[in-house]
Amino acid sequence: MALLDVQELQTYFHTEYGLVKAADKVTFHVNEGEIIGLVGESGCGKSVSILSVMRLIPSPPGETVGGKVIFEGKDLLKYQPNGREMRAIRGSKLTMIFQEPMTSLNPVLTVSRQLTETLELHLDMDKRAARERAIELLRMVGVPDAPRRIDDYPHQFSGGMRQRVMIAMALSCNPAVIFADEPTTAVDVTTQAQLLELMKDLVTRLNTSLVIVTHNLGVVARYAERIYVMYAGRIIESGRSEDIFGHPRHPYTVGLLNSVPRLGERHGTRKLIPIYGLPPNLINMPQTCAFLPRCTEKIGKCEKEPWPELRAVGDDHYISCYVDIKGK
Amino acid sequence: MTAYIIRRIIIGMFILILVTMLVFLLVRLLPGDPVMRYMANFTGTGQQNVMTPEQHDAMLIKLGLDRPIPVQYWDWISKIFRGDLGESLGVQQPISKLIADVLPRTAYIGFWMFVVGTFGGLLVGIYCALRRGTWLDNTLTTIANIGMTVPVFWLGILLIYFFSFKLGWFPMYGWVNPWDDFWRSCSYIVLPVASVALGGIAGMARLTRSCMLEVMRTDYVRTAWAKGLRERVIVVRHQLKNAMIPVVTSLGGTLAMILGGSVFIETVFSIPGMGRLMTTAIFDYDYQVVQASALIFGGIVIFSNLAVDIAWGWLDPRIRYG
Repeated sequence: MALLDVQELQTYFHTEYGLVKAADKVTFHVNEGEIIGLVGESGCGKSVSILSVMRLIPSPPGETVGGKVIFEGKDLLKYQPNGREMRAIRGSKLTMIFQEPMTSLNPVLTVSRQLTETLELHLDMDKRAARERAIELLRMVGVPDAPRRIDDYPHQFSGGMRQRVMIAMALSCNPAVIFADEPTTAVDVTTQAQLLELMKDLVTRLNTSLVIVTHNLGVVARYAERIYVMYAGRIIESGRSEDIFGHPRHPYTVGLLNSVPRLGERHGTRKLIPIYGLPPNLINMPQTCAFLPRCTEKIGKCEKEPWPELRAVGDDHYISCYVDIKGK
Repeated sequence: MTAYIIRRIIIGMFILILVTMLVFLLVRLLPGDPVMRYMANFTGTGQQNVMTPEQHDAMLIKLGLDRPIPVQYWDWISKIFRGDLGESLGVQQPISKLIADVLPRTAYIGFWMFVVGTFGGLLVGIYCALRRGTWLDNTLTTIANIGMTVPVFWLGILLIYFFSFKLGWFPMYGWVNPWDDFWRSCSYIVLPVASVALGGIAGMARLTRSCMLEVMRTDYVRTAWAKGLRERVIVVRHQLKNAMIPVVTSLGGTLAMILGGSVFIETVFSIPGMGRLMTTAIFDYDYQVVQASALIFGGIVIFSNLAVDIAWGWLDPRIRYG
């Protein structure tokens, strides 16, 4: 059984222009010790989906209106967003690493305070034990001179180092699942690689599951075991990493892979083909497939029938599309 | 840090000297002159036409007011540096003694205005930010907007009308030293403190509310929520200290507002404090008293702003003095 099972999660935003179905029947699961990639363009609902699981959607304007989030046999959506049960899970068993290391740490509190507060809260440690554990955590994530740096403020750290602090914070209570929301988007490429290696190394060692949310296909290709591709609030394809990259079955995924260069490919041997058009405006969307206007594979059925549910096209490989482009 | 404070003190002194120069010039621009006022006192008749022009000029020379203004200023400021504030023309007493009598009173009500204004504003602001959009937030925010624009003296008169004249809850005007009879003095200061503090509460509440709302939307507050902390901990530990940075900055301004307000309110409520001393001195052409009061008011404002800037560094670790 899956460690975390998200079923048909629906999170809507009520805006003054209309209803935005930011996450529309999002279904995914995370197994123990697994690394998962949640991929898609900006605004496709990746972050909303995981913030919904964490019950961190600001309300108003957002609201999780349907679905189930089963964790340890309990449906998290039944809890009050900031109630006692949810707070006990948040930050201890389910933790997050955010995109912006520069602004995600509190500027007026020392790193020590920000690390020890979860330890004191969830593990009931006293000040001394929490501090020692915090130093150990900083060492673990590779912050040099941890006993001295721990009393520094976030502004005394570089972006990469701050993200290491965030990782330490996320790991502090031995979580079951870490959600990393674009963890390396804001740092430079070398730091990106270091941070990803560090995260992979740590979660493997601690047998923690990791959900990497990113728009960077390269990141998930290297680290994720399974991948979910999102478009306009829905998961449109899911499967094992090698299947998604080797045999993509949804026209959008195919388009994505055709539009990125691959390492080791000889220059000029393959033309990069962009996906023409723009992602749809999520306000008051039509019933039909959201990718339809940009799709190059569409058939007559697509124009008439509503957006299809996910269907199996292989072993643990699902797409939400009428077209079968296996042959191509 | 020490170098920074010393530099700020030197700059503060420089500004203070500029302020005294300005006040020195301004009082001399008033139509009329102190000799007339002085002679009226001197003869005890209250009439100003008992002097011949010769007597008037002789007195002007005696008081040294015939000399060029820069000379007069030099004379005055060099005395100040020797610790001599001069003598009041109006009441023929050393100004240092006059001020020593009235300053504690203004400091006392000023203290209450500051405390009520600041903490009242903070509480209202924090409450409104946490319960934003509720009817109470809307009501309080509207009152705060009105409170910011209401003139102090008008509010004072209004409060006297309702609470003293109509309801008879408080004395209409006057003053009792708190060190003489504390409880009786309280009934005298409620209305003047309320008149000035309302503006303070309003300004502080608006600022606190908007700062809190801004901080609530930051990434690090989201991080705090993601840690599973309770709302109270998030507000107190993560939001308040950040939101207080601009709020503390405004405290220097609040103090200046209270001093300005005291000039009006002490007149409205007949409180014998610094503000009253200064207003009376202006009407009496009592140059020396006006100058000395301005020096003290200016000094308080300048050095409280310095204190605020130092408090900043304590609140925000990113600030380094250099």
